[in-house]
Amino acid sequence: MIEVRNLTKKYGSKAVVDNVSLKIAKGGITSFIGPNGAGKSTLLGMISRLIPRDAGEIYIDGQEISKVKSKDLAKKISVLKQENHINVRLTVRELVSFGRFPYSQGRLNDEDWKFVDEAIDYMDLREFEHRFLDQLSGGQRQRAFVAMVICQNTDYILLDEPLNNLDMKHSVQIMHVLRRMVNELGKTIILVVHDINFASCHSDSIVALKDGKLIRHGSVSQIIETSALREIYDMDIPIEVINGNRIGVYFS
Amino acid sequence: MNKLYIGIAIVLLIILSGISLFIGVSTVTLDGLLSGDSKQLQTFMVSRIPRLIAIIIAGMSMSVVGLIMQQLARNKFVSPSTAGTMESATLGILISSFFFSSTSVLGRTAVSFVFALIGTMIFMKILDYAKYKDVIFVPLVGIMFGSVIGSITTFIALRYDMLQSLGAWMAGSFAGILSGRYEMLYIAVPTTIVAYLYADRFTLAGMGEHFSTNLGLNYKQVMNIGLAITALSTAVVVLTVGVIPFLGLVVPNVVTIIFGDNLKRTLPLTALAGSLFVLICDIFGRLVRYPYEIPISLVVGIVGSIIFIYLITKRGAYASKA
Amino acid sequence: MQAKPNKEGHATLKQTALGSTGFVSEQPRQNYHVSPQVLWAKLLSLFLLAALCIGLYMTIGVTDWGFALPRRGIKVVAMLLVCFSIAYSTVIFQTVTNNRILTPSIIGFDSVYLLIQTLIIFLFGSMTLIQMSKQTQFVMNVGCMVLFAVLLYSWLFKREGRNLYFLILIGMIFGTFFGSLTTFMQMVMDPNEFTVLQDRMFSSINNVSSDLINISAVLVILTTLYSLRFFKFLDPISLGRDQAINLGIDHSRVVNRCMVVIAIFVSVSTALVGPITFFGLLAANLSYEFMRTYRHSFLVPAATLISIIAIAGGQLLVERVFTFSTSISVIVNFVGGLYFLFLLLKGAKA
Repeated sequence: MIEVRNLTKKYGSKAVVDNVSLKIAKGGITSFIGPNGAGKSTLLGMISRLIPRDAGEIYIDGQEISKVKSKDLAKKISVLKQENHINVRLTVRELVSFGRFPYSQGRLNDEDWKFVDEAIDYMDLREFEHRFLDQLSGGQRQRAFVAMVICQNTDYILLDEPLNNLDMKHSVQIMHVLRRMVNELGKTIILVVHDINFASCHSDSIVALKDGKLIRHGSVSQIIETSALREIYDMDIPIEVINGNRIGVYFS
Repeated sequence: MNKLYIGIAIVLLIILSGISLFIGVSTVTLDGLLSGDSKQLQTFMVSRIPRLIAIIIAGMSMSVVGLIMQQLARNKFVSPSTAGTMESATLGILISSFFFSSTSVLGRTAVSFVFALIGTMIFMKILDYAKYKDVIFVPLVGIMFGSVIGSITTFIALRYDMLQSLGAWMAGSFAGILSGRYEMLYIAVPTTIVAYLYADRFTLAGMGEHFSTNLGLNYKQVMNIGLAITALSTAVVVLTVGVIPFLGLVVPNVVTIIFGDNLKRTLPLTALAGSLFVLICDIFGRLVRYPYEIPISLVVGIVGSIIFIYLITKRGAYASKA
Repeated sequence: MQAKPNKEGHATLKQTALGSTGFVSEQPRQNYHVSPQVLWAKLLSLFLLAALCIGLYMTIGVTDWGFALPRRGIKVVAMLLVCFSIAYSTVIFQTVTNNRILTPSIIGFDSVYLLIQTLIIFLFGSMTLIQMSKQTQFVMNVGCMVLFAVLLYSWLFKREGRNLYFLILIGMIFGTFFGSLTTFMQMVMDPNEFTVLQDRMFSSINNVSSDLINISAVLVILTTLYSLRFFKFLDPISLGRDQAINLGIDHSRVVNRCMVVIAIFVSVSTALVGPITFFGLLAANLSYEFMRTYRHSFLVPAATLISIIAIAGGQLLVERVFTFSTSISVIVNFVGGLYFLFLLLKGAKA
């Protein structure tokens, strides 16, 4: 379980994340939604220790993360940012192999390489494994990064807008992969998404933020609902149920 | 308002000029001059007056030239010392010394002018191909371009054992200004006047070829005149005084920050401010380790780079979000 | 600590998550784009070439062996120290700042060294210069350098969203500023003996300050040993800060230590041969191009060997073949400057 208590982050005098408390149960997909500037990515960044916090506590499986060695934390929780601009030229396989760093400290043994093989196969990247990342399409590259995270083999996986810059097909593909990782590998996945309908169709629970404050946290049917969405987005969004999915029609 | 500032600047310039005239190792006093002391009169006429004139012209012309370049390249941080102009002029002087004796000032000026012109044009061409044209990137390329030319110059100087004499042009100083050895600098006066007359056209040309042609401007001609003025002024200043870093960059920027971007309006102020700035730096350089003298290039180099860093952090901060 | 593979996960992983029929063959796959064998072969050839250059440099044109060998030997030791220092510091610096254009000397680190050197004499008076041994002075300079480098780093790089070109430009102007300030202080100190002082204080490739070689060697060895403790973190750090933290690296701690190491190496190379602005840039980038790997255990030795080949080979050409009176640093600055310009215009990504 991930537990966040009274977490706050300020830039200057403005609180980007304002006294947020939150519990995320193990297993399942949790989506962070909210308008621009709601503090979704900052919250995710603080949980993953990429962004230093100003106040509050973060517990992962009962341990305050600042008290755990970064190296050990890297075996429990992994994070993928939306912009993965890498300056070095790496092949897919080389990138994925970095996922073993917390375990191998750079000296990969046969077992580590087996993890690499499996992660690559799992993401269907076998035919690209010796391509350079800059030779891949956006969707393929995103899959390569997900493969690296799989290779890191952590219980918790945090993804900051993983669907950014992906077309519809690849977005759906990534969401399916995440679902299977939850079902088959028992992962706990937390992600920031912009599109409420992606959150609706693929999440187990949704956390809604606005102006740095947590305003709703609940199941899909509790959040993807006209009155709740009005509170979050200041918009009247009618909800239609299509094939069992709750779809917000926010286009008109 | 504008007139008031110009008035203040002129008064300051006169006061400081007076001070400048009476600083030096050999005693020159007002009494002495009035009483007709021939030795004092001699020093005054041969050294002090020429020095003051050189300071005023160099400061004025380099600042104005900087302003023109900033208009033409449409970039606040382009100037003779950030576009390879100074370094090209220096290379030209070095090359010219193979063909002309040191007394043939005209020939050396001509060669130096041609080099400065070509160097600046190459820089403008490089800019055409550059990916970014933001306020930070352009001077960066210019400084690098200048340092490549500088290393060619050093290479040639080393090869022909001329590093010593090269040092004289590389580090600008007014100490060597004597009557009979600086008159070339007067060329910078008419070029500055032309710059004033063409000011509006430079602003238009800076808007781009299509834009200015559309308004009936002969773009190529204006551009060429601008570059020629730049190259000529830089060449004579480098030849007589030497390289003065960042002068053409700092003065126009500070003036436009205070008085805005209207070229016709700020040009006289820029010219005055340039002379004042150099005059103050020169007086400081002469007094700080009296009776020894710190060359102007060093004083301006220190003050100029501090102001430049301030300008970048202030302006570059929001202009360079790439 | 080894990973205990999740039993459940292990079994199901065999099928692909995208539903295609993932075949699992048992033949070993190639793990790296450039295999370790190839990398070793490349290193070996660089090593041989470097050894050849040094060998030739030591022996060509020697008539009086007893006189020439020790003298040239000292020069070679200095050369090796400087090449290693510049190559290592530049590669580390580019890794922690995540780009391939910036180098310590381009942002003015070596002019800082010269400034500190002058400042110490300025503050304590030139009498101390004579009393204090060159070694003591050197150690003091290195100490100040380390302090300064860490401060500068936290000022320049730790702010978010800093543009790369902004940093280079600021660094270059700082370089000019420190340079002018250094000359200024020297002139104020002693206008008469200005050039004498300058000669005594500053060295160049042709004028190695040999009395600092011992202490430099000790310093370089100790620093290198110290750096080995975090050397393994360099590969993941080249993926960027966020990835490095994700992989469990205490990023800011490692980066701060790297800055200390860089400051010491820059001090050593500047003290021994003076500033050579673009040398590190050339050595590091040539090594990236030649080795085509991201692995620092190969990049650093390669960059060092390439530096040795460039300096020893270049010196050989300049001194003995062309008998130029030119200094190799002028050529390095010309080629390096052109290359830098090329990198800029190519728009090498931040």
